[in-house]
Amino acid sequence: MKEELDVLEQTVSSDYKYGFVTDIDTDVVPKGLNEDVIRIISEKKNEPEWMLNWRLKAYAHWLKMEEPEWANVHYPPINFQDVIYYAAPKKKKQLGSLDEVDPELLKTFDKLGISLSEQKRLSGVAVDVVMDSVSVATSFKKQLSEIGVIFCSMSEAIQNHPDLVKKYLGSVVPMTDNYFAALNSAVFTDGSFCFIPKGVRCPMELSTYFRINTLGSGQFERTLIIAEDEAYVSYLEGCTAPMRDENQLHAAVVELVAHNKSEIKYSTVQNWYPGDENGKGGIYNFVTKRGICQGNDSKISWTQVETGSAITWKYPSVILKGDNSIGEFYSVALTNHMQQADTGTKMIHIGKNTKSRIVSKGISAGKSQNSYRGLVRAGKNAINARNYSQCDSLLLGDKCGAHTFPYIESKNKTAIIEHEATTSKIGEDQLFYCRQRGIDAETAVALIVTGFAKEVMNQLPMEFAVEAQKLLAISLEGSVG
Amino acid sequence: MLSIKNIHASVEGKQILKGIDLEVKAGEVHAIMGPNGSGKSTLASILAGREEYEITEGSVSFLGKDMLELSPEDRAREGLFLAFQYPVEIPGVSTTNFIKTALNEKRKYHGQQPLDAVSFLKLMKEKMQLVEIDKSLLTRSINEGFSGGEKKRNEIFQMAMLEPKLAILDETDSGLDIDALRIVANGVNKLRNNERAIIVITHYQRLLDYLQPDFVHVLVNGRIVKSGTKELALELEEKGYDFIKDELSLAEAV
Ligand SMILES: Nc1ncnc2c1ncn2[C@@H]1O[C@H](COP(=O)(O)OP(=O)(O)O)[C@@H](O)[C@H]1O
Ligand SMILES: [Mg+2]
Repeated sequence: MKEELDVLEQTVSSDYKYGFVTDIDTDVVPKGLNEDVIRIISEKKNEPEWMLNWRLKAYAHWLKMEEPEWANVHYPPINFQDVIYYAAPKKKKQLGSLDEVDPELLKTFDKLGISLSEQKRLSGVAVDVVMDSVSVATSFKKQLSEIGVIFCSMSEAIQNHPDLVKKYLGSVVPMTDNYFAALNSAVFTDGSFCFIPKGVRCPMELSTYFRINTLGSGQFERTLIIAEDEAYVSYLEGCTAPMRDENQLHAAVVELVAHNKSEIKYSTVQNWYPGDENGKGGIYNFVTKRGICQGNDSKISWTQVETGSAITWKYPSVILKGDNSIGEFYSVALTNHMQQADTGTKMIHIGKNTKSRIVSKGISAGKSQNSYRGLVRAGKNAINARNYSQCDSLLLGDKCGAHTFPYIESKNKTAIIEHEATTSKIGEDQLFYCRQRGIDAETAVALIVTGFAKEVMNQLPMEFAVEAQKLLAISLEGSVG
Repeated sequence: MLSIKNIHASVEGKQILKGIDLEVKAGEVHAIMGPNGSGKSTLASILAGREEYEITEGSVSFLGKDMLELSPEDRAREGLFLAFQYPVEIPGVSTTNFIKTALNEKRKYHGQQPLDAVSFLKLMKEKMQLVEIDKSLLTRSINEGFSGGEKKRNEIFQMAMLEPKLAILDETDSGLDIDALRIVANGVNKLRNNERAIIVITHYQRLLDYLQPDFVHVLVNGRIVKSGTKELALELEEKGYDFIKDELSLAEAV
């Protein structure tokens, strides 16, 4: 409760807090995309040939695809030849410990309030930091490796665990899946790799902070998490990006594989630069996130708090293949000013007695547009499949929009799919009631929004919940009055 | 404490208050009575700072400050409390959290530290007894799904927690059964003291039986047409507002 109020106090500062650029020497491949660029990326990363071939295949496929237009978002065409596909902080030498990390980089983390030493000491979170495209620091690795958990950058995984990568990469999101996934498959530079062996409960939250740092560089993160039988892992992804004038493309792919009786919990706080009040700048966030409940009695749970990006296009999904498997999606998407978000989930019920639960809270302010788009499908063998979806929208003011697009496909008479939706508005009466009690309008909005989003926030690990709550309040600054 | 001078107010171009004067001193209880639509809630609203009402003339000073210059939240922090005729539901915000936020905002305004959790709970317990409110209400979203009586009791509970210098109760008695009325009235009586002023808006005598106001004012058609002591309320109860209206038209005829 105390934290909640402290959080609200911070609503007084009003600039985008993380808008700064770190001055680090970067190693940049020229703008544009062709086979040679892909070869350079692969070579710079010292990749084996199978990896290069995989990329080239994806690229060939991408060339034949068209950019999707079905989402409820609008933006000028992206010139894919104007994007930098690879930028890595130059390594001065091999880093043995955090002390050797570029001090500029550490300063950046300090500004973000995520200094590694602090994180390590206070919360026991293992942080694999992705600065631009290459992981520069990994902590707690040793402790994890003792119990057989692999938590490393994707580049390292390709070098050190090629069999696992070969087996699982693209197994959930095929390179042909969609336009942005194909692009990512061709040019991804780095990301995180997590492998939890049979029977192991990962003792700490695994966390990665992504950060875009080179002017105009696209981010193509690739994350792969595998939980073997009876394994458990909770993974946190959080990001903040520096203020930019030009739009930055971000097209990540995240794949989760849950085997028998395993559980993967994936939480995101997304705070890419949203652009200014007039919609100038900001990140285009086109992400493909999908998990498969491969084994019986497995569970995948997505929780996301989306406050950033100029445009968000993102549908973390679960394929419920194993019998009795469970998929969950908890989402808060907040849009302000000129932001556009088209986000939701897909729950694909294939196995028997599979259950899914969707809780989506959309908050729109300013002139923003916020859409929920969700698909629930019960296949013909998905006997007794159950879904419950709850989509609530909260509007601030009357220039913003909230839209709900639920798609339901049931090929099975025993499946029960329930959908509820509400739309409410923060009314003048509510604000006045708060103000009469001494709570100013901005604090009142933060209070109401926090209450509205509570059900989702409760799903987040504690330290993340606090951060996420801050973001909600900060993101709504200037939206009332 | 409160000095209202010649207040004229309108909403959507319609003149509602047509010159109100009222002086309220610390420790006093004033009752404002009057028929529906006479402007009682409007008066309460402009005192609380509701922006849709336009004040076309007059002034209000509160504790020596020009009240009309203050934002609604600052009026509240200075010690003004309005128990709403229709308390507003705020889904997702628990009553406890709401009051705690309000209390700490007020403390911040006065340069005090936020109340720690233990002291806050202690204060809550104490005030809960005072107004006989059930604990279970406090964990629920504020006013959401509360019965009429629960909402009114919750308003008085907030008043107890926030310890205002001036409280305006807008028809806090309406919609209450006799037991609830007694509880609410007892709560208000316990909150009476030498430093606190209370304005009670009502059109029934029954609340005043419990509260025994020092002064009674009758508001008709945007004006205070008669002021007196508590006997005036009894007279009104007996004869209805018509007797005042008749008196008025007589006076105007003369
Ligand atoms: N927000 C408003 N918009 C339009 N008319 C209003 C508004 N508020 C009050 N009025 C009108 O002003 C008059 C006085 O209302 P009110 O102050 O609520 O009376 P009371 O509380 O004495 O019953 C009524 O005619 C009412 O319809
Ligand atoms: Mg009224």
